[in-house]
Amino acid sequence: MPKVTYIEASGTEHVVSVANGTTCRDAAMDNDIPGIDGDCGGACACATCHVFVDPAWLDRVGRAVEGEMEANLLQFVPDLSENSRLACQIDITDALDGLVLRLPASQH
Amino acid sequence: MSVSEIFSTDVSKIPLDEMDVSDPLLFQNDTIGEYFSRLRAEDPVHFTPKSRFGPYWSVTKFNDIVRVETDHKAFSSDAGIGGVAFGGIGVPTESSAMGGLEMFIAMDPPKHDIQRKVVSPIVAPSNLENLEPIIRERAAAILDSLPAGKVIDWVDLVSIELTTMTLATLFDFPWEERRKLTRWSDVVTASPGNGVDSWEQWQRELMECGMYFKELWNQRAGGEPRNDLISMLAGSPATANMPFPEFLGNIIQLIVGGNDTTRNSISGGVLALNENPAEYAKLMKDPGLIPNMVSEIIRWQTPINCMLRTAVQEADIGGKTIHKGDKVVMWYLSGNRDSEVIERADEFLIDRKNPRQHLSFGFGIHRCVGNRLAELQLRVIWEEIVKRFSKIEIVGKPVRTLHHIIHGFTRMPVVLHPR
Ligand code: HEM
Ligand code: FES
Repeated sequence: MPKVTYIEASGTEHVVSVANGTTCRDAAMDNDIPGIDGDCGGACACATCHVFVDPAWLDRVGRAVEGEMEANLLQFVPDLSENSRLACQIDITDALDGLVLRLPASQH
Repeated sequence: MSVSEIFSTDVSKIPLDEMDVSDPLLFQNDTIGEYFSRLRAEDPVHFTPKSRFGPYWSVTKFNDIVRVETDHKAFSSDAGIGGVAFGGIGVPTESSAMGGLEMFIAMDPPKHDIQRKVVSPIVAPSNLENLEPIIRERAAAILDSLPAGKVIDWVDLVSIELTTMTLATLFDFPWEERRKLTRWSDVVTASPGNGVDSWEQWQRELMECGMYFKELWNQRAGGEPRNDLISMLAGSPATANMPFPEFLGNIIQLIVGGNDTTRNSISGGVLALNENPAEYAKLMKDPGLIPNMVSEIIRWQTPINCMLRTAVQEADIGGKTIHKGDKVVMWYLSGNRDSEVIERADEFLIDRKNPRQHLSFGFGIHRCVGNRLAELQLRVIWEEIVKRFSKIEIVGKPVRTLHHIIHGFTRMPVVLHPR
């Protein structure tokens, strides 16, 4: 199974195995990783699964598309960055084995 | 047989097209739950052809509500075509001098987005860290001032007082006059005979509110940057030159947003714990459950029953075709009891898994910007309550608010039992 590393704002790392097709939000919730709330259940409706994609992975993961719901929601998160994504919109595939995601200090 | 039993309606016998869930009495006498259960089971996206607010759709299931919330291109919040308050808050817009009241909760993009971005940072978690010790200190002072063993009104002495204090802190509002904030918040949702005597009085009091804030704004504009909401609005290029109605609208939106809702969650939590003694016992045994419990209280209470949208293009929701111009009411109170999404939805469980998955704050671009502040207040007050009291005992029937949007209480007699 592909592995994903979540790094909390404090620097604490969590490496988890994620089945193909699972979203990075679900994987974080299933593994009780602190720092992701995922309030809407992964419906791209709350922006409480905000993550920063490691720049080395950004091209493979892709960016939020301007004008679509993910980008509409991301514009309001604190600390919005070039590599911000909503974890519920990232599906794990073999191509993302080794993905590194950093978590913001808080979700709003 | 009690009087209420003699007069009670058999909800299962009402013809479907006569099911009108906008009657404020159903919320005051707390029978609305039966109506929503039936709609969720038999007609989850329900059309009511005739009501005192005209024809409207009721969306009653969790996922359908999320669908409407996230399709802001089809479902507009714009005040010009209907806004978000079903039936309007206050006077019908056309006939009113307040008609121009503008708030970003009732705007569509792009204007909504610009204004929300200005207000959002002050209620973001990082900024709230600065606020927490002040809120805690004030919560402690309120609780320490309460007489033990005597019947008191929890709504007035605690719920209102605490939320008013927080708002005053947020606005850096003159301390001695803070109950003005409470009054203005009540006036916004009042109507003649229910909080005000006439629309004239309604308008006059909100104008006073506007002038008062305008004065504070003038004092703070151009001054040192400060961390209160008024200074932030006055200091940001996006809002510094707001026309007066928009300014007043934004202020009122923050007063109402932050007042009634949090107040009623504080009261609602006390009722829920009294009705569920096993949960109260869990809380006293493990106060570490408080953050979890706070989300559960907000789901359970659902301080805002519903929000309105107006369809601006045809859309399909739950197999029904919604036409352009149709009014669509999202009933959060019903969606929060949808057992297809929330396990054991009809039970109040303070240690529930995933308690944050509820509709009370809405979803999509209008999702409550003050949600973390609300949670903070509730967490702090409960942390301070359990330190002091073994029980807040409800000793008389709480009086519920007569309103189809605001879900709350006007009175709750309690006796405090010190630890
Ligand atoms: C338990 C307490 C609260 C509840 C249940 C609540 C509920 C809501 C709901 C349902 C919405 C509209 C969502 C939609 O249209 O989709 C909303 C929006 C809003 N709330 Fe709250 N609220 C609470 C506390 C607060 C507080 C403390 C503040 C202010 C400091 C606040 C300020 C706002 C504002 C400004 C909006 C408009 C957001 C936008 O349109 O982008 N609320 N709230
Ligand atoms: S979980 Fe809500 S937007 Fe990702």
